[in-house]
Amino acid sequence: MTMATHEIRMTVNGAPHQLRVESRLLLVHLLRENLRLTGTHIGCDTTHCGACTVLLDGEPVKSCTVLAVQADGAEIATVEGLEQNGKLHPIQEAFWDKHGLQCGYCTPGMMMTGYALLARDKQPSETDIREAISGNLCRCTGYSNIVKAIQSAAERLRQQ
Amino acid sequence: MTTPKTSPEVCGMGHSMKRKEDPRFIRGRGNYVDDIQLPGMLHMDIVRSPFAHAKIKSINTEKALKIPGVLAVITGETLAKYNLHWMPTLMSDTQMVLPTEKVMYQAQEVAAVIATDRYIAADGVEAVEVDYEPLPVVVDPFKALDPSAPVLRTDKKDKKDNRIFHWQAGDKAATDKAFADADVTVVQDMYLPRIHVASIETCGCVADFDRVTGKLTVYMTTQAPHAVRTVFALVAGHVGLSEEKIRIVSPDIGGGFGGKVPVYPGYVIATAASVVIGKPIKWVEDRMENLQADSFARDYHIHAELAAKKDGTMTALRIKTIADHGYTDAAANPSKFPAGLFSICTGSYALPNAFAEVDGVYTNKAPGGIAYRCSFRVTEAVHCIERITDVLAQELKMDPAELRMKNFIPPEKFPYKSALGWEYDSGNYPAALRKAMEMVGYEQLRKEQAEKRAKGELMGIGISSFTEIVGAGPSKNFDILGLKMFDSCEIRVHPTGKAIARFGTKSQGQGHETTYAQIVAEELGIPAAHVQVEEGDTDTAPYGLGTYASRSTPTAGAAGAMAARKIREKAKKIAAHLLECSPDDLVWETGKFSVKGAPGRSKSIQDIAFAAYTNHPQGMEAGLEAVSYYDPPNLTFPFGSYIAVVDIDRGTGAVKVRRFVAVDDCGNIINPMIVDGQIHGGLTMGLAPALLEEISYDDDGNITGGSFMDYLVPTAMETPAWETAKTVTPSPHHPFGAKGVGESATLGAPPAIANAVVDALSHLGVRHVDIPITPEKVWRLLKEKGLAE
Repeated sequence: MTMATHEIRMTVNGAPHQLRVESRLLLVHLLRENLRLTGTHIGCDTTHCGACTVLLDGEPVKSCTVLAVQADGAEIATVEGLEQNGKLHPIQEAFWDKHGLQCGYCTPGMMMTGYALLARDKQPSETDIREAISGNLCRCTGYSNIVKAIQSAAERLRQQ
Repeated sequence: MTTPKTSPEVCGMGHSMKRKEDPRFIRGRGNYVDDIQLPGMLHMDIVRSPFAHAKIKSINTEKALKIPGVLAVITGETLAKYNLHWMPTLMSDTQMVLPTEKVMYQAQEVAAVIATDRYIAADGVEAVEVDYEPLPVVVDPFKALDPSAPVLRTDKKDKKDNRIFHWQAGDKAATDKAFADADVTVVQDMYLPRIHVASIETCGCVADFDRVTGKLTVYMTTQAPHAVRTVFALVAGHVGLSEEKIRIVSPDIGGGFGGKVPVYPGYVIATAASVVIGKPIKWVEDRMENLQADSFARDYHIHAELAAKKDGTMTALRIKTIADHGYTDAAANPSKFPAGLFSICTGSYALPNAFAEVDGVYTNKAPGGIAYRCSFRVTEAVHCIERITDVLAQELKMDPAELRMKNFIPPEKFPYKSALGWEYDSGNYPAALRKAMEMVGYEQLRKEQAEKRAKGELMGIGISSFTEIVGAGPSKNFDILGLKMFDSCEIRVHPTGKAIARFGTKSQGQGHETTYAQIVAEELGIPAAHVQVEEGDTDTAPYGLGTYASRSTPTAGAAGAMAARKIREKAKKIAAHLLECSPDDLVWETGKFSVKGAPGRSKSIQDIAFAAYTNHPQGMEAGLEAVSYYDPPNLTFPFGSYIAVVDIDRGTGAVKVRRFVAVDDCGNIINPMIVDGQIHGGLTMGLAPALLEEISYDDDGNITGGSFMDYLVPTAMETPAWETAKTVTPSPHHPFGAKGVGESATLGAPPAIANAVVDALSHLGVRHVDIPITPEKVWRLLKEKGLAE
């Protein structure tokens, strides 16, 4: 079985990449296996759990259902890009402070979804936050502390 | 709340220390099994059965093997050459690794494809051709027990029926008499459906056999790495695997909840393939495989009866249960407890008489019966007693809170011997319920409910006052496959006064790296920030039975304290040497030994640690380390009272949990922040089966809830903002009075929610609703009562 390959370019966390990929390669596998950015996790393969959430041109997408070729020319942001110059992003600090994570598996996707929410809404209500993360499943935390973490991140960002 | 004895710098018990494991997780730098990539690593994918029961006529691997990159297809015949096609379950039953004759449930492993990458492995799976001849399917456990049912386990020569075991506890004659003498009796059938833990990380492994050294390393999603190593050595000894050459590494685990206790066929096939091929092999299941083939929980059909006096005093409990175990008994119960700890079913009540029976049954469904964030069937027991208590309250027209208060084991009766044989360590049940009632505003809510009822609105208040049994366990009764259920800790204090502590358990998100460090900090005064905690690598950690059933704090946490106390004993001798006094003249306060009456003369644990390597007394061994294998004298009995307030939409039948108050008592608390996090998560995993989750089957044995499209894990939208509080009743036998907390909420929440829904509908004559309480179920009830809008 031979599969067509394609030359694609994308920016991941600000760094340019040029890769030759099979048509069927999923973005999540490109990130995890080709680029070894394993912070983006796989939880369901079917767009339900959100563990694989990354930003594609600023919009949160579930990278398990995006083909790598669809991201040709795009800017991708993953959890590994949140920390800048050795300084944690406020959403990372807030997740740590508010105990917004336990096993850590859904955490990167949660933080990317939260990051995207706060980029468009500086003062989201609790309902806004719950709605925004409703496509990201967490089995450990019961969501309460994740909501608090995103509220706290919003506050930190407003004070910046 | 426990007041910390140590400073924030030391950060011993009672401090809400920020978690030490989080810096890697918030940076995406955790190391989960699927993150591991070894040189030359191959990928495995599994062919699974579309049928629930079928004869395998042939498996044709030709087309698969022609795909470039497919290196091998492993079948039952392949494994049979090495006698590895069967394996024991944790309950000493047997399970196929890969079949040679027939499949017994849908999604059963049939063959495995090894390929150079995961996409090609998946292509290979598509290309394997299996010819099946369907056989009659038995889905219903009651029908499975009918003499006319086909015997499913034809592999067992003497097996003439589908019964796995009959278990019973209690005094049947005394219980029957109490029922005969009772003023009031109530009876209720209830079904606790099959559910799945659905940790967000699925199961998988990377098996890496080194042909030169003969060493097998398996990186594996397991909650019990040491037990797995021993099981591997016992079942594969005949092919040359020897225990010192087996290393099981449980790296970061993306949630376990019991689902990562069993040894699944995938692990064994990948390991066998690595040994045969001599290369590392990765197997990671997808979500549908996870939901359909990995161990389920519950599937208990309960028939419960409760007897009481007219005034509401409970006199006897009688329970008969059919437990559907699926194809094999692969539950992860302690071996002497085929029905787990179901005998905690007398709950929080001073029930003088009780008799409980459970029959385990084979059906054509995936095997399991493991806990879902629960200590061996305690959830089933709690649901049963808390639900039937409300049925009794309804029968007697008594307030369910009043009925509970009347029947609680009084605080002064502890330690309390239950009718089914447990010795409850400590408890103050009325205090927890009173606190929950105050927090929720119980009286006010009852008034609101009456007003709403008058307007035709449906609102309910549900209570659950549970008692748990965790921390297995005393080795006289508790073992898994003969391995006693102690747990362990080894602490080494370095010359500069910092320490490494290794444990026999394995965190899956519970925060052991933080809480265990706090235990050592509490006992030795070494700042928790300087106590490195490690678990999960069988080459380095001391032997232990692992993390499940809320046993980490009761067993390994206790071992941590005991190992630290051994170190303190040696430290005392070194301090006496340094201070030129008798050890008897020294007193310990956090972090230092001082001479009695001369507090200025003291040596800190750091001074002592340095001396242990540079200036230790002649005749004493150098170094400062200790190991403890802790065998608890009893289990621990966490408890709590939960109150749920629900509103029901008459148009859709949807249940909304408006408020949920949870008062927990887990004894002394190590880290209040982490305890609250455990409660929040547990409550959500209690809400889940109460309202949403069920793995169901059709009559042909097809799974109808086998993906996240149908298996509804709660999202942030369905989950309420939890209101939590604590009472503190220390365990008298645990070294620092803790009881364990990870699972209380999972078992306490479902009956509170179910009781609230029934309470909302009780004036319509509704006495019981089985979980999950879906909108459809409620809407049908409302329609029947003429109330659907």
